[in-house]
This record gives sequence, structure tokens and C-alpha cells, in this order.
Amino acid sequence: MTKSITLTLKVWRQQDPQSRGRLETYEARDISTDMSFLEMLDVVNEQLTLEGREPIAFDHDCREGICGTCGAVVNGRPHGPEKGTTLCQLHMRHFSDGDTIVIEPWRARAFALIKDLAVDRGALDRLIRAGGYISANTGGAPDGNNILVPQETAELAMDAAACIGCGACVAACPNASAMLFVGAKVSHLALLPQGHPEAAARATAMVREMDRLGFGNCGNERECEAECPKEIKITNIARLNREFLKARFFSSVR
Amino acid sequence: MNWFVQTVTSSVGKKAMMAITGLGFCLFLAAHLAGNLTIYGGRQAFNAYADHLHSLEPLVKVAEFGLLFFAAVHVITGLVLFYQNFAARPSRYAVTSSAGGRSIGSRTMPYTGIFLLGFVLYHLLNFHFVDKTGTTIYDIVSGAFENPATVAVYVCAMIVAAIHVSHGFWSAFQTLGANHPKYMPLIRGVGLVFSLLVGLGFGLLPVYLLAVS
Ligand code: HEM
Ligand code: SF4
Ligand code: FES
Repeated sequence: MTKSITLTLKVWRQQDPQSRGRLETYEARDISTDMSFLEMLDVVNEQLTLEGREPIAFDHDCREGICGTCGAVVNGRPHGPEKGTTLCQLHMRHFSDGDTIVIEPWRARAFALIKDLAVDRGALDRLIRAGGYISANTGGAPDGNNILVPQETAELAMDAAACIGCGACVAACPNASAMLFVGAKVSHLALLPQGHPEAAARATAMVREMDRLGFGNCGNERECEAECPKEIKITNIARLNREFLKARFFSSVR
Repeated sequence: MNWFVQTVTSSVGKKAMMAITGLGFCLFLAAHLAGNLTIYGGRQAFNAYADHLHSLEPLVKVAEFGLLFFAAVHVITGLVLFYQNFAARPSRYAVTSSAGGRSIGSRTMPYTGIFLLGFVLYHLLNFHFVDKTGTTIYDIVSGAFENPATVAVYVCAMIVAAIHVSHGFWSAFQTLGANHPKYMPLIRGVGLVFSLLVGLGFGLLPVYLLAVS
């Protein structure tokens, strides 16, 4: 049944990367429990706009949990407290009347803050550019099922490919490491025959780029796995470690 | 840069060095514990074990230098990782909350590690770099543990070691890429049992010596 709740929000407000940010307190009145978290923020922003104040900047796009654009840390939990849920798919029925909610942006050196809750996740794109692809010659389309992939392998690759690049793993990691994201990309391609030719170069280049971008080192804390909205497993990080060590010691890639 | 240097200084390479040296320490702890259990056999048994160990002198020297090298790698790499991980998040969260991934062990790795470094130095000064003429190692050890304060320090240190290893053991396997759906539960279980053995096995020895003194 639809209810209305009123919440106290403490939202990170920061004008630009240079200025100092701080938590500002707002009241979110008469929020329908059927709303999503982002719709709740829309209501607050409309109110702020009517009052002539600056609305809260936050990223969003599909609002159906598939694009990876949204995301904020809610009471210390990236994408909020629900398991396997993006912020846009988090519903207000998981909160109670009178709750105080602290909303902060992803915090990592590699994710520069743009404004308020919006951060620059271009580092994840640079990681993909470093090796998160396969090179394919164009020409006549090959026949379907020309290259056989066992069902189990296809499933593992699909599980890894479910990553939407939201960056919650980095935000959740006590060390701000991007190993779950890179592990998902390296695994997805290393598992499939099409990814094999470039596997050694890919693992090497992606780890190098990850280090260059200033992400932290994985400590196997497993917070990423617990917070990932697509429930990507840390077995993908183990596969990345394997692929990297194999590439460094047993391939000719320098 | 040379490919090897580039590999071991990468994030995954540094973690692999932590894992290999850490697992090396685990092997050492197992052997050290097995030897020390002869204390329960009394003065004769423990001294006989120590004499036997020192009759293998060249091998013991090789092992000591190996451990020293491993310790240097583990400590220096550990401190570099600690600094880098701290620097990777320049602005901290106002609210932090765990989703259930972290454990006491994983949360405290650098701190338990630094504590262990201090303890190992203290331990070596107590029992390794001491004048052993006209006495036996059993007398030095049992003499030291007549002091309840020393016993307390050792018991604390062994609890800390158990906490460090409770995360370190399985984590080292994951770092080296050995996460397999069939074997990971076993590795995690062995890690917990091993950390309990380290905590209880080493921790009860000083208490026993204090009790019989
Ligand atoms: C008896 C002594 C010790 C044992 C048995 C031991 C064992 C281990 C093991 C098995 C790991 C896991 C490696 C991995 O996650 O891949 C580890 C990690 C670690 N150790 Fe030790 N260690 C010992 C002493 C120390 C000391 C003296 C320090 C001092 C700085 C230290 C600092 C660390 C740190 C910071 C990590 C975490 C690295 C990371 O996950 O980023 N350890 N240790
Ligand atoms: S691994 Fe999960 S948390 Fe990390 S970017 Fe991909 S979907 Fe987001
Ligand atoms: S807005 Fe697309 S996943 Fe949330």
C-alpha cells in the first residue's frame, strides 16, 4: 500500500572540484513509498528550484537499472542498502518515516568530483580503451555456432559481462580499487574464444592502466562483491590475477 | 623498465609478493609451532629439539636468511600498499558501513602487520640475540615466562597473529588466482583452523610455562 513518509536528508553539496564541499540538511516531505530514490531526489530538487535554490546535481539515465549512470553512497552503502540494486531501482519503501539519510558521491582519487553527487567515471572508459575489447577483422559474417562455446563457459562470461560500469565497486572498496570492474572485463573476454588471442596483452595493459589511473590495490575485503548491483563475483578478480600472472610470466608480452 | 621489475611493482604483482611471502611465513609458523610443542615434553625434550635443530646449522642459516628476505619484502611491500591504498581515497566518507564483506582480519591487516613486526623484533631480542653460554634455551624461555607481563605480551601477540592470518591465508590464495568453486570453501576453512592453531598453540605455551614455574 502506498504510504507517505518524511525524511531528513544530509546531502553532499560541492560547487566544483576546487571548492570545499559539505553535508547540507534538507527535509524530503510527503515522499510516496512507491517512488524510487531518484524520484525522491527529483521531488527535493523541484522544491529547491521553487525556493530559488540550486538543485542537487546527480547522474542518472535509464532509471531501470541497466545503464550504470546513477549511483550515490547512501548511509555508507553504494546504491543504498538493498542487495543487487542500482540507486534508480532502490525504492523508498525500504525507508521509514523520520529516517535520516546521508547521501554522498563515489569517493576515489580516480573519480574526480564534478559537482555535488556527480563524479567523473571516465577512468572506467580509459580502462576499457586500454584493453576491454577484441579486435575483429570485418568481412563476410561467420556462420552462427562456428565457434563452439560450452554452456557453462558462456554462462560465466555472461555473468561477467553483466557489469554495467557503474563504479560502485570502487566506491565500496576500502582501498578504492577497481579490481572487480577490471576482473569482470578481463574475465568476460578471457573466457570466450574470441578473447583468447589478445588475452595476455589485455590483462597486462588493463592492470597497467588501472595502476596509472590511481586506483588502490585489492585487499580481498569483498565489499565490492557485496555491493555490486549486478552481483559480479570476486572469482572474476581471481581470474584477473591468474590471467595477469600468466601473461607476465608465460607470454612474450613485455 | 625491465619486464620483471614492472611486474612485481604493479598492483597485482605487489599483492602476489605479499601472498607468497605471507604463505612462506605460514609454513614457518607451522614448523615453529611443531618444534615448540616439545616444551610440553619438559626441559630435556625441548633442549634436545633445539640441539637437533642447531646440528643442521647450514640449513638453519639458509632458512634464517630466507625468512629475513621474505620479511623485508612482506614489510616493505605491505607498507607501500598501506600508503597507496590510503592515498587512493583522498576525501573520506562521512558515513561508512560494511555490506558484510569485510572481517576483523581484513579490516586490520596493516595494523596487525605492523604490530607483528614490533613483536617479532621484541621476540628475537628476547630469545635469539641473547647470550646462551652456561644456560640452556629451556631455562631462558621458562625464565622469561615467569614474568606475567611477558606472558601477557606474548598472548596478545598470538591473538593478533591469529587475526592477521585469519584473513591472510585465504586472501593469499585468492591473490594468486586460486579461487575455485570446489576448493575455496576448504581453503577458507583451513585458514580459520590454522589461525586458531596459531593463536591457541603458541598462545598457551607461555601460560603453561607460567603455570608450572
Ligand atoms: C608472522 C608474521 C606474518 C604472517 C604469517 C603474515 C601473513 C600474511 C599473509 C598470508 C598475507 C596475505 C597476502 C594476500 O592477501 O595476498 C598477509 C598480508 C599482509 N601483511 Fe602479513 N604476515 C606477517 C607479518 C606481517 C608484518 C610484520 C607486516 C608489517 C607491515 C605485515 C603486513 C601485511 C599487510 C599490510 C598485508 C595486507 C596486504 C594487502 O592485502 O594489501 N604482515 N600477511
Ligand atoms: S563490477 Fe559491479 S559495481 Fe563494479 S562497475 Fe561493474 S556493475 Fe558496477
Ligand atoms: S539510471 Fe541507469 S542504472 Fe540507474
